[in-house]
Parts: sequence; structure tokens; C-alpha cells
Amino acid sequence: MSGDHGGPAAAVAARVRHVEALLERRGLVDARELDRAIGAFVTRASPANGARVAARAWLDPGFRGRLLADANAALPELGLSMRGGLQEQRLKVVENTADAHNVIVCTLCSCYPIALLGPSPTWYKSEAYRSRVVRDPRAVLREFGFYPGPAVRITVWDASAESRYMVLPRRPPGTEGLDEQALAALVTRNGLIGVAPV
Amino acid sequence: MAERYHPGDRVRTSRADPPHHTRLPRYARGATGTVVERQGRYPLPDLRARQLPAGPEPVYTVRFAAAELFGEGDHSVTVDLWESYLRPAGPAEQR
Repeated sequence: MSGDHGGPAAAVAARVRHVEALLERRGLVDARELDRAIGAFVTRASPANGARVAARAWLDPGFRGRLLADANAALPELGLSMRGGLQEQRLKVVENTADAHNVIVCTLCSCYPIALLGPSPTWYKSEAYRSRVVRDPRAVLREFGFYPGPAVRITVWDASAESRYMVLPRRPPGTEGLDEQALAALVTRNGLIGVAPV
Repeated sequence: MAERYHPGDRVRTSRADPPHHTRLPRYARGATGTVVERQGRYPLPDLRARQLPAGPEPVYTVRFAAAELFGEGDHSVTVDLWESYLRPAGPAEQR
């Protein structure tokens, strides 16, 4: 597998700054435009977006169906998109059920649906998570305090190409009277990665 | 480039260990799995990383049994793979 992201980050950052300075000096990019694009992307990117998507899917079976069939086409219904980067990224939403649970990982690097989940947690980028979750997901989930029953089939989705993944958790029992906002407040980033029930 | 594989097809991944960048993870090499869906077409990273011409190539979601990849485990792992990494599974690899 490729190197640990906890490694020589300072060297990479220095190289990026150098490349950026060269591009600016040669008039290939505008520094303010670069800052604006990164700022717009990061400020809109938050796990609150993924939580809204999950809550809407729980309340609206039509939206849920469209989301699972073609997430990129369904996101604009909530004013969201996967177009924040250089090009639109394909999003696949995978649904947890009573007998099937999903977990996402990027074993090769750290691919992650930043627009819907915000910047990824450090552990998601760690060599330990990336190498262990594909091999023994139940052991990793136990370390998060999550124990899917023995009959539950687990699928680990390795984002090794150009798609990004998000888990649609199961709606918790006893939440029948809650509105979209209250339901969204129950959804955690870990739930949308698949290392927590919700 | 038209897609060669359909959902449900059994495919086997390459065993090659190239000296350049590739996006076929090592743990999924030489393994037999089932195509789940087609993702669209994207340039092959193995070519792009070497600055060689790379036209759009089909990418598939392929599901593997953990036992096939690791010799143990009851879960499955899906890996997103370019068509160049795959060949049709042989008759002995159908299930």
C-alpha cells in the first residue's frame, strides 16, 4: 500500500507551496481565485450535508430510491452536488439494512466524499484503518464500540478509482415523530462512513 | 471503448506487479470476483502517471469474497477496477 499520511506532510506542503508560487509567477493561476475556490469548497463541505441527505432519505422513499439509483442526480434536490473539485465526482450511496451493513475505505490513499462529510478524520487516512478494515471489518468496528450481529453481512467498499462512497445508515427505532432537522441531528460522520450504527 | 463486462460477470484480476503507479490494490491481485456495476469511463492511471496518452476506459465495481482475498472472513470487499486490470474468469472460477 502507499505511504502513511502521517508521514512527511511538511515536505509535501512545501512542495505544494513551491508549485503554487511558480504557477502564480508565470501567470497560470491567480492566487485570489485559488483561495476563493478552496475556501468555497471547504466552507460548504460538512458532515451536516451527509446528515441531511440521510434524514431526507428516511422521510421520503422517492428521494431514497433516486439517491440509491443515481446519487449525483438526486443531490441537487437538497442544493448539494459533487462538483466542488476540478470535475464532478461520481457518488455511490450504499444502504444499510437489517441484514446488510456497509463500511467505506480508500486503501490506496484517502478518497472521501468531502462535500458531504467535510475533511476526513485522521484515523480514516491511517495505515492501520486502511489495511485492517478490508481484512477484518468486525474487529475494526468493535474498536469503535459497534457490534453488528453475526447474521449481518458486511461489505467494505474500497474507493480505489474515481467514485466516492457514503453509507446510508438505518433509521433508529423510536424516531417516528421526528422531523428532518431532528433526524439529521442524530446522524454522525462515523455513521456515514459505516463505523457507527447511525 | 465499449464495456466488455456486465453486472453478474465473473472476472479475474491481473497478477502483474508493475514498476509504475497502478490502482489495482495488491491485496486484490490474482483474485476472482463478480462485477456489481459499471461506473463510467475514466483514463487509466497507470498511463496517466507516466504521462502517456490515456483515453477513457470502463471502470467497474467488483465484489470479492473475503475468503478469496485473504483465505478467511465472511464479509465481502468491493474494489473499483479499470477494465485493463480484468480478464474473464475461467470455467473453474465461476463460483
